[in-house]
Formats: sequence, C-alpha cells, structure tokens
Amino acid sequence: MKSRNKQISFYGIISMILLVILALLFLFPLYWIITGAFKTGADIYANEVVWFPREWTLKNFELMLNKRTSPLFEIFGIQGPVGPAAYRWLINTVVMSAGAMLLTCLTASMAGYALAKKRFRGRSIIFGLIVCAMALPKQVILIPLLKEMAALNLTDTLWAVIFPTVGWPFGVFLMKQFSESIPGEMLEAARIDGAGELRTFNTVVLPLVKPGIGALAIFTFINAWNDYFMQLVMLSSNEQYTISMGISTLMGESTIDMGVLMAGSALAATPIIVVFLIFQKYFTQGITMGAVKG
Amino acid sequence: MAKPQKQIMSRGIQRHEDLSGYSFMLPSLVFFIGFVVAPMIICILMSLTDANMQGDGLLGNFIGLDNFIRLGQDPVFREALWNTFLIVIVSVPATCIFSLWVSSRIYEMNSFSRSFYRIVFYLPVVTGSVAVTAVWKWMFDNYSGVFNTILNGMGMEGINWLGDPRYALWCIILILFTTSVGQPIVLYVSALGNVDKSLVEAAEVDGATNIQVFWSVKWPQIMPTTLYILVITTINSFQCFALIQLLTQGSSGTNTVMYHIYYTAFKLTEVNGHFGYANAMGVVLAIAIGILSAIQFKLAKEK
Repeated sequence: MKSRNKQISFYGIISMILLVILALLFLFPLYWIITGAFKTGADIYANEVVWFPREWTLKNFELMLNKRTSPLFEIFGIQGPVGPAAYRWLINTVVMSAGAMLLTCLTASMAGYALAKKRFRGRSIIFGLIVCAMALPKQVILIPLLKEMAALNLTDTLWAVIFPTVGWPFGVFLMKQFSESIPGEMLEAARIDGAGELRTFNTVVLPLVKPGIGALAIFTFINAWNDYFMQLVMLSSNEQYTISMGISTLMGESTIDMGVLMAGSALAATPIIVVFLIFQKYFTQGITMGAVKG
Repeated sequence: MAKPQKQIMSRGIQRHEDLSGYSFMLPSLVFFIGFVVAPMIICILMSLTDANMQGDGLLGNFIGLDNFIRLGQDPVFREALWNTFLIVIVSVPATCIFSLWVSSRIYEMNSFSRSFYRIVFYLPVVTGSVAVTAVWKWMFDNYSGVFNTILNGMGMEGINWLGDPRYALWCIILILFTTSVGQPIVLYVSALGNVDKSLVEAAEVDGATNIQVFWSVKWPQIMPTTLYILVITTINSFQCFALIQLLTQGSSGTNTVMYHIYYTAFKLTEVNGHFGYANAMGVVLAIAIGILSAIQFKLAKEK
C-alpha cells in the first residue's frame, strides 16, 4: 500500500484525465437524448452545434403523445379510456417485463435449488443442456418460436414475448450458483424436524437465496424491457407494442423529427434507468455470480 | 470443479430424490423445453425443408441439404458472414482491452467512485438498444447530426456516415462497442478485487514493478474471467441486430448474418418468407458460435 501512494506518477495523472474524458463521452448519448427532447426545432436544425438548449420546450413530447391514440389497457375484453398510444406502450412494457420477471424468479429459484441440492438422475444432462443453450444466440430460434406461438394462438400478445424469456436458462444457472452455498446441514435439520419439501423450500431455501432472487429479478426486468428483437418479431399491432417498438416506428418514418424521436427515447429510457440506479447493487452481484463457472 | 461423490444411495432415497428433484424442476422445464429446446430442434428440422410464412404446417417439404448448398453459393450470405466476422474480430479484442484497462484504473478507488464509473460505462446497455440507436442515428445524421455540424463548422464537407460503405460498418462497430463494455467492466472489477493480496505484496517486496506484478500475478488469476468475457462478447457481437435493422437495413456494406436471417425470413418477399433457408443460416451461425465457445472454454480448462 505504502509504495503505491508514495508518489503520484505521471502515468497515473494522464490515465485519470483519460478516464474522466471517456466517462463524459459515454454519458454524452444520454445527455444528447435528454437535452434533445427539450430542444426547439431551431436548435436541432441550427447551423452550429447547440450544446445546451437555448430555449426549453415540451412541444416534442406533445407531438409524440398526440401522434397516435389507443385504449390504455384491455383486460378480459374490457377496454380502458383512450389516451396517447405511448402510454399504452409503456404500460405494455411494464406488464411484460414484470410478468417475465415474476415467472422467471419463481421457476428459476425452484429449479436452481433442485439442480444444486437434489441428487436426481439426469441432472447432469439437464445442466449440460442449460449451459449449451446459454451460448446459443436467442435469435436463431425465433422463426420456430413464431410458428409455435401461432399454433398456440399467442402471436401478437405479450405472452409470446414473456414465455421465451422465462424459458431462457440463464436464471436457472444463476440460481444454481446461489443455491450451492445453502448448507446441507440446514436442509437435513429441517427434514429431521419433519418439514415437507415445500416447507423446507419456503422457510430454509428461499430466505438464503434472497440476494440471488433480487439479482435475477432486476436482471430479467431490464433484459425483457430492452429485448427489441423478440418484440419486433412477436408483436405486430399498435395496441400490443412495447415502448421500444413504438420508438422504432418513429425511426421508420420517411421524415424523422429528431426532437420527437429524442422525446420518445427519453420516455423509453428514463424508467428503466431509474430502476437500474435503484437496484444496481443487486444487478452487479447478479452479473458477477452468473460468471462464476464451476 | 468435481464435487465430492456421494456414497451410493439406496434405491428408496434415490427415488425420493428423483421425485422431489423433478417436481422442483418441472415449472422451469416446461418453459425451457417448450420455448428453447423444442424450437432448437424445429430449427434444425426446418433448415432441411422449404418452409415459409404461408405454410399451414410447421414444416414444409423435405428438401435435404439444398438450403445449405444454396448458402455456400449465396454471395449476399458470404458478404454477411464476412461482415459479421469483421465485427467480431474488431470489437471483441477492443472491448476486452478497453474494459480491462478501465477496470484496472477503477478497482482500487473508493466504493463511491468505483460505482460511479461502473454505472457510467453500463448506462448505454441499460438505456436500451432502440433509444441508443435513435440518438446515434441523430448524431450521424447528414444534416442535423452533431458530427457533420462540427465538420461544417470547421469548413469541411460533411460525411455520409451511415450511407457510405467506407464508414458505415465502422460506425456500427463504434456503437456496438459503447454498448458492450459495461458487463466486462463489472466482471473485471470484481475479479481484480479478488486477486490474492498476499501474492501481490510478496511480489512488491521482491521489487517487482507494477507491470511485472500485473502480468505474472494478476493476469493468471483473472484468466477465467477473461475467457468468460471473450465468450459473452463474441456472442454479443454475433447478435448485433437492432443497430443494423434501424440504421442501415443492411445497406452500405453493413449486412450481417443476424440481419440477413431476419431479412430472409420476414422481408425478402413480404408475403412469403423463406423460413427454411433462414433457419439454415441460423444453424450455421449457431454452429460457428458453438465452435468458438468450445475453443474458448477448452483454453480455459487448460489454464
């Protein structure tokens, strides 16, 4: 420790400056989205770069929200009040991400526990299959998935995006890593006390793997929110769009209003960034644990 | 890591383990088999048929290896394969070196600055591919983009960034790079933090320079992390899709295998996608990734 702090090296100073510059460059796109969303057309199409809005406006948001309308929700055939389609897209995205998150946490925590602690026959085959599937690019299986969803009558519903996300085996792998650390003696003690399998799982296993579930929950939520390819292939009607899909239609128009596009991007990115910042500790832990290969 | 082998269990206990194990596995297996394993098998089967979007059945007519033979002769596919290869070969080493450098700078900082930098470099991932693509589309825009406005301001002519085959693929690689370094940095920071401190101190007492300490003490210990990062970054680069679909639609020399699969399946002829042929590409891509991952893991085992 001493030798390191003794002198501040030239290289140390240079690399510190470089690091700050790089951090600013990485933050720039986000800064550009947020300021761009509030810029007037004059600022956006000016002849010189307007680094900071000379005049703040909400017009971009108004334009984006008034572009299309849609019932805000639809449950069991009952339609909600009609509002800006972007709100519907946000609601869809939240429902989809939360649904995928809950189902993944439930199934993966059970399966991870079984793989780590149960000595059932065939577990090494299943685990091998899981590891192989994790290396597979998800997009490769998209066409068969589309056909499958059509057969199940689920195309153009949020379920068509949720189910494959839940099936993705990363969660099981992660929860297996967390479950390995459960002491066998505790499970043994619960068994001797006469606790059934489900009670052991609820009262012994779940509290011990809670950090893992937290990590998996946030990881799944963010991934589902941003999984554009899956949404693009599965969802086709305006009412079923996610916010990513909605913004991508703005980009497909022949004349793009950059201000409106930035307003849309800000609307799509802000909620998920807030979620990430609140839960980023869990998130870091999840990424790190998922990487520990046995 | 081999687990200590349990003594042979009696038949009754084994049956109990089987029953409870599979009961806990069941909900997950339903989704895993239904929406990952089964589609994988269908994908392989479909690649041997002429299935398309219109067909009522899951599979079309069996045509043997025709799709794969056609692939070998398809110049567009060959170009897409080459571009994909180029993206991987440039962005994977760049991502690894960059994230290792950043991590080695920040892992000894106090926890606040460490978290700060980790979050900054992870933000482009969280922002989401569509929002990130949207802002870069604006920045690269010919008329209102920040790059061309700066060039014009300096009296230079603007560049057609995304429309010029000389630049377009490099623009894609740059954007891909900014959205790829987040996870490797998190992993490297944690791996460097776990390096055995006593070994580092021992080397320092022996008078080793910082560079010597890094290569002979730290580098071997973070090797597994490096290999894992190589694998995930490779997969990530292969999958680069949103950028291409939203920015160039595969034009100006930016066609990749991933985009070509999508194009063949859903866009080639709007009403009648070529599912069989697209799946054949998917199979080739999966095999390529499988081989690369296997090589990387094999190297990891040997270390």
